[in-house]
Amino acid sequence: MGGLLKVSSNPHVRSKVNTVGIMFAVVLALLPAAGFGIYNFGPRALWVILVTVVSTVLTEFLFGLYKKKQTIGDLSAVVTGLLLAMNLPVSIPLWMAALGGVFAILVVKCLFGGLGQNFMNPALAARCFLLISFPKQMTDFVTDAYTGATPLAALKAGEEVNILDMVIGTIPGTIGETSVIAIVIGACLLILLGIIDLRIPGSYIVTFVVFIGLFGGHGFDMAYISAQMAGGGLMLGAFFMATDYVTRPITVKGQYIYGIVLGILTGIFRVFGASSEGVSYAIILGNLLVPLIEKITVPTAFGKGGRKHEK
Amino acid sequence: MATLTFSGGIHPYDGKNLTKDKPIREVLPKGDLVYPLSQHIGAPATPIVKKGDRVLTGQKIAEASAFVSAPVYATVSGTVKAIEPRRVVTGDNVMSIVVENDGLYEEVEYWEPLDPTENTREEIIERIKEAGIVGMGGAGFPTFIKLSPKEPEKIDYVIVNCAECEPYLTSDYRRMMEEPEKLVEGLKVSLSLFPNAHGILGVEDNKKDCVEILKNLTKDDNRITVKALKTKYPQGAERQLIYATTGRMINSSMLPADAGCVVNNVDTVVAIYHAIYEGKPLMERIVTVTGDAIADPRNFKVRIGTNYHELIEEAGGFKTEPAKIISGGPMMGFGIFDLDVPTTKTASALLCLTKDDVSSMEPTACIKCGRCVEVCPGRVLPNKLMVAAIHDDEETFLKLNGMECCECGCCSYVCPAKRPLTQTIKSMRKMQLAKKKK
Repeated sequence: MGGLLKVSSNPHVRSKVNTVGIMFAVVLALLPAAGFGIYNFGPRALWVILVTVVSTVLTEFLFGLYKKKQTIGDLSAVVTGLLLAMNLPVSIPLWMAALGGVFAILVVKCLFGGLGQNFMNPALAARCFLLISFPKQMTDFVTDAYTGATPLAALKAGEEVNILDMVIGTIPGTIGETSVIAIVIGACLLILLGIIDLRIPGSYIVTFVVFIGLFGGHGFDMAYISAQMAGGGLMLGAFFMATDYVTRPITVKGQYIYGIVLGILTGIFRVFGASSEGVSYAIILGNLLVPLIEKITVPTAFGKGGRKHEK
Repeated sequence: MATLTFSGGIHPYDGKNLTKDKPIREVLPKGDLVYPLSQHIGAPATPIVKKGDRVLTGQKIAEASAFVSAPVYATVSGTVKAIEPRRVVTGDNVMSIVVENDGLYEEVEYWEPLDPTENTREEIIERIKEAGIVGMGGAGFPTFIKLSPKEPEKIDYVIVNCAECEPYLTSDYRRMMEEPEKLVEGLKVSLSLFPNAHGILGVEDNKKDCVEILKNLTKDDNRITVKALKTKYPQGAERQLIYATTGRMINSSMLPADAGCVVNNVDTVVAIYHAIYEGKPLMERIVTVTGDAIADPRNFKVRIGTNYHELIEEAGGFKTEPAKIISGGPMMGFGIFDLDVPTTKTASALLCLTKDDVSSMEPTACIKCGRCVEVCPGRVLPNKLMVAAIHDDEETFLKLNGMECCECGCCSYVCPAKRPLTQTIKSMRKMQLAKKKK
């Protein structure tokens, strides 16, 4: 034996799952929704996606140059860019999309300490930033294919909507939110890979349904509730945004509470708010409550409830 | 009935196929034998031989120096060459007795066998104490203390830890396959000390053959039950084992006896059998020598004090250059930098790997994925404890139940960012324990 042996404290083995792998899986899981967006809205959707991804990755790269520590290899900036594009209307001016990417990475993530340190979901924070700054462009869902209002807006105005179109996704909306099927396919992949579980999406959607049933003004009318579930960003938000590791509670109990809070907030925003949509704001607000939720849901340690050893 | 288990835990690659079907082979030491005076928890033993003395196999060479301590016996015949500090697996230098092996294996006259039905409780416990038996699963706590709680009638369960949940280890498995009678008889000795106790053999269900054999052996004894446990690490951790087999829970401030339980490892129970029925002190143990760097991975019956070099040689040497050598299993064993160390009472395996997972993976930022929380059998929040430990934030660390960590290593294993969670928490715990002692 020639060389020196490496010594370290136990454990000496590690699982094969790593951060890059997780991020890569999320990118894969977003591809059905992104692909459908391109199909539904045409090639401009692809441009929006490319612009946001390049903008997020480039921002992180430049910040890395400044900090002399490169982190773009972990693919988290790609995920943020992709998620941001999913939340933008296809007609958005490209410079706005790019600005959103810069805001997400620089302001929301890097300035707070980089990956794992941001307290808001970067993509959603950027969407809200754009929504407040450029409300007209951010809510312009008129394209060559669609001239009417989004189903949710139509629903709010008391009009009839086509549920089947909503499930398939051939409706106006943001690039990645329209197809329930595409989103659920991606979500199933993440669940099968053990990357997300149903605690948050499940409690979120169930709470939302109950809320809409109680306060939506239509009672438990299945057609209305299904339209509320399939419409807007609820599916995308519940499976891809609310489950964002960094900005959701880490405790099991906390995750259920978080899902319930999101369901109630989304319900309030959609039923009582001025806008027909409320998922983004609900999740952002939920993000802010995470430290508090974690604080009150610290689990009881194994055996802690038991009898103390008398000394 | 659902398989018995606990919540949390992991399923690492188990590597047991390398040695699972290799019968135990006895290794006779060739070179010098080294007996560290501290192979157990408690005060180091005091030497009762001096340089130049001739000793026999089975002769006591060091005696217990305090209540929590254990004597040490020579395992070969030969001459005491030196009493000096020698390196042990943890990297420490420990005062040790070095015996030059004369190859004759001349034995002392062993003690008279005892009979648990006739001898008194005190005599049995005294024998176990005198035989130098300690917990051979790794901790090395003197067994006689475990067997003599204040109120023996309050012990409801005597549990034998046959889980062997550590990857790669097959020493307990082979022992159970080849000498199950000794295990069962050893357990009966322990049971004889507790009037109200029921015996449990807790075996992971990846060892179905063992479960069958043990069930067969105990079918006429209504004081003993064999329980199959879900195969999952750390099923054999004391607290998790007690929970899985009895549904009782203990925390870091409690002893198993507080929950009416006594837990012993397979080799320990066999050592009790040897001490009672054969009159022999603790002199040998089963060691699995394995890993992808070993030419011929095997299970050996090893005399305590045997040099690790000899074990590697017996296993055909290295077929490839090892990158990492571990004394014990990959989850809780010690990484060693020098093979020139002796086999001790607590050494269950010698694992030689060609790849070092730890140094090949750089830690990155925590993404709060929660995997550490999901797998933690202690039900604490490892990621938050690590942050508290790094910041030396004692208050938060204690508030988040940092002392309830059992250092099993699950959190470090699953962490996708490869952060040294267990290691950091362990250091903080050590500091807290040291503070408490002051």
